[in-house]
Amino acid sequence: MSSAPIGAARHPVSSAPRRRRHLNSAYLFVAPSIILIGVFIAEPIVASGWMSLHDWTVGEATHKFVGLANYTTLFGDSRFWNALRVTVLYTAVVAVGQVVLGLGIALRLRRTTWYSALVRTAYFFPFIASLVVVGIVWKFMLDPQVGLVDAWLSDVGISPPDWLQSTSLALPTVIVVGIWKNVGFTIIVLLASLQQVPAEQYEAATLDGAGAWHRFRAVTLPALRPALLFTTLIATVTGLQLFDLVFSMTGGGPVFHTESVVMYLYQKGFVEFQLGYASAIAWVLFAIILVVSVIQLKVSRYRDVD
Amino acid sequence: MSTDTLDAGVRMSGAPHGPAPRRGPAAAVAVRLARITGRTASAASWLVVAVGAIAMIVPFCWMLGVAFRTSADLYADPARLLPDQWTLHGVHAVLSQLPFGRLVLNTFVFAGGTTLLLLLFDSMTAFALARLRFRGQNVLFVLILATLMVPFQVTLVPVFLTLFHLGWLNSYQGLIVPRATSALGIFLLRQAFLALPRDLDDAARIDGASNFGLYWRIILPNAKPALASLFIIQFAALWNDFLWPLVVTNDIRMQTLPAALTLFSSQSGVDHAALMAGAAISLAPLAIAFLLLQRFFVQGVATSGIR
Repeated sequence: MSSAPIGAARHPVSSAPRRRRHLNSAYLFVAPSIILIGVFIAEPIVASGWMSLHDWTVGEATHKFVGLANYTTLFGDSRFWNALRVTVLYTAVVAVGQVVLGLGIALRLRRTTWYSALVRTAYFFPFIASLVVVGIVWKFMLDPQVGLVDAWLSDVGISPPDWLQSTSLALPTVIVVGIWKNVGFTIIVLLASLQQVPAEQYEAATLDGAGAWHRFRAVTLPALRPALLFTTLIATVTGLQLFDLVFSMTGGGPVFHTESVVMYLYQKGFVEFQLGYASAIAWVLFAIILVVSVIQLKVSRYRDVD
Repeated sequence: MSTDTLDAGVRMSGAPHGPAPRRGPAAAVAVRLARITGRTASAASWLVVAVGAIAMIVPFCWMLGVAFRTSADLYADPARLLPDQWTLHGVHAVLSQLPFGRLVLNTFVFAGGTTLLLLLFDSMTAFALARLRFRGQNVLFVLILATLMVPFQVTLVPVFLTLFHLGWLNSYQGLIVPRATSALGIFLLRQAFLALPRDLDDAARIDGASNFGLYWRIILPNAKPALASLFIIQFAALWNDFLWPLVVTNDIRMQTLPAALTLFSSQSGVDHAALMAGAAISLAPLAIAFLLLQRFFVQGVATSGIR
C-alpha cells in the first residue's frame, strides 16, 4: 500500500520515482503469463518450425538437418492427401450444414416462450458434451447388434447399412454427427445477435410494406452478418482441426477413410515418434487454416463494401 | 400450437411471400393463398425443429438407459430407450474395470487447477494491459494476439519434448502448467476491464490504493460476470479436452476421463453398460452446471467461441 501524496498518486507521470515503481509493478503483473506464453507457446512455435527441417526421431542421438525434405515427402505422401481430403470434406459440409441449419432454427426460436426455451436447451445440450462422449455414444447408437438406430430402422422394415464399417458411409456418418454436435453453437451465437436487432427496424420495414422475406433480407440478414461470419470462421477452424470425434468414433477407419490431418499428425508424432515429419504436418495445417481464415475475412469485407 | 405462434412463425421465418399488394380481388385471393401456405410451411418447419430437438436428446436418454440395463436385456431388445429392469451393474462394472474415482479426481484437478491459475494469470495480464501504462505494452498485446492465430497442434510436439525432458509427462504439473495461461482469455478479460469506468481507478488512487489493491479490490470484483463466464467455458473446455491429456499422459492412473473412456471403448468385447455409465458420469457435472447456469454458458460461448 502506498503512502505517496494524493497528487502524485493521481498524476503518476509527474513524479519520476513514483513512475519507476509504477513501471516495475506493471511488469510483475504480466510476468506469469508472459513466461508461460514464452516457454509453452512462442518458443515451441519456433522450435516446431526448426524441427520440421530435421529428420528428428525420438531415441536417436543426433538429428540430421534435411532442409525441406519433410515437406517434399509430405506432398508426395498419399496418406497425407487422403487425410487432407477427409478433413476438407468434413469441414466444408459441417460448416455449411451447421450454419444453414443453425440459422433456420435460430430464426424459429428467437421468441422467448416456454417451449422455445425448452427446445433451445435441447439444441444446446450436445454442445456441452465432450466430442469423446458424443463419439462413443454415436458409435454404439450405430452398432449393428445393440444400436438404437439400427433397431429402429429394422422395426420399420429398413435393413440398416453397417454405417461405420462401410468405406462409403463412414465419413458421411461422421459428418452428420459433427453437424448434430455443433449446430447448437451456431444457434447460441445467432440468437445472441438476434436479440440486439431493434424491433423498430422491423416496424419501419413493415410500414414500408415489406413482406417477411423482404424483412429478412433487409433487416435480419445484415444484422446477423458479423455473427454469421464469426460462427462460419470458428466452424471452419475447428473443423480443420478434426480429431476427437473420428478418434473415438472410427479410429480413422475403415482403412483410413475417416483419418483426419490431426489424426495423421498424432500417428506420426506420438505413435511413430517421427517428430520432424509431424512438425511439418503441423505447419502445413497452420498454413491451410491461415489461408482459409484470411479468404473468409476478405470475402466478408468485400461484401460489406458492396 | 396457438395461432399466435403460427403468426409469429410467419413473421420470423422469412417464408418467401412478397409484400402485400392492395388492389384487385385476384390479388386478395393470392394474398390469402400465400397466408395459408405460409401457415402450413410455418407449422411444418416447427415440426422439423421439434423433431430435431428430440434427436438432440434421444442419444443421451439411450446412453442413460444402456447404463442401467443388463447386457441380456439390451441384446434382447435394443429398440427400447429405457430398461425393463433397472440395475446398477454398469456403474459397478465401470468402477471395477477402470480406476474410475482416480480418473474423476484427475479430471477435476486438471480442469479446475488449470482454470483457476489461468483466471489469475490472465486477469493480471489483462489488468496491466487495460489499466496500467508501461513500455512495450502495445507490442506485447500484438504479440499475444499473434499467438492466437497459431493452432495448438503446432506447439504440441515441442511442448511434449520439453515435458519429457522435465520429467513432467504423466504428472499434474505437466497437464496444468503449460495450459495455465491463454491468449484468448487475456484478450476477453482486457475487453471486460476496458469497459469499466476510469473513475474507479481515480477513486481508488485517492484512497491510496496500490496497483495490486486496484486490481484485487476494485477491478476484479467489478468484472465478476466476465470472470464467471470465462471460468465456466474454460472449465468445460478442459474437462472435455482430449488431445492434450492424451499426449501428456499414458499411465491410466494419471489420465483424464475423455482419454480413458476412449481407450476403454476401443477394447473388443467392451461392457456396454459399463462404458455408458462411464460416459454418463463424465457428462454429469457439466450437464448439471449447464442446466443451472445456462445463461453464463451462453454468454461465454457467444462471445469467445471457446468450445
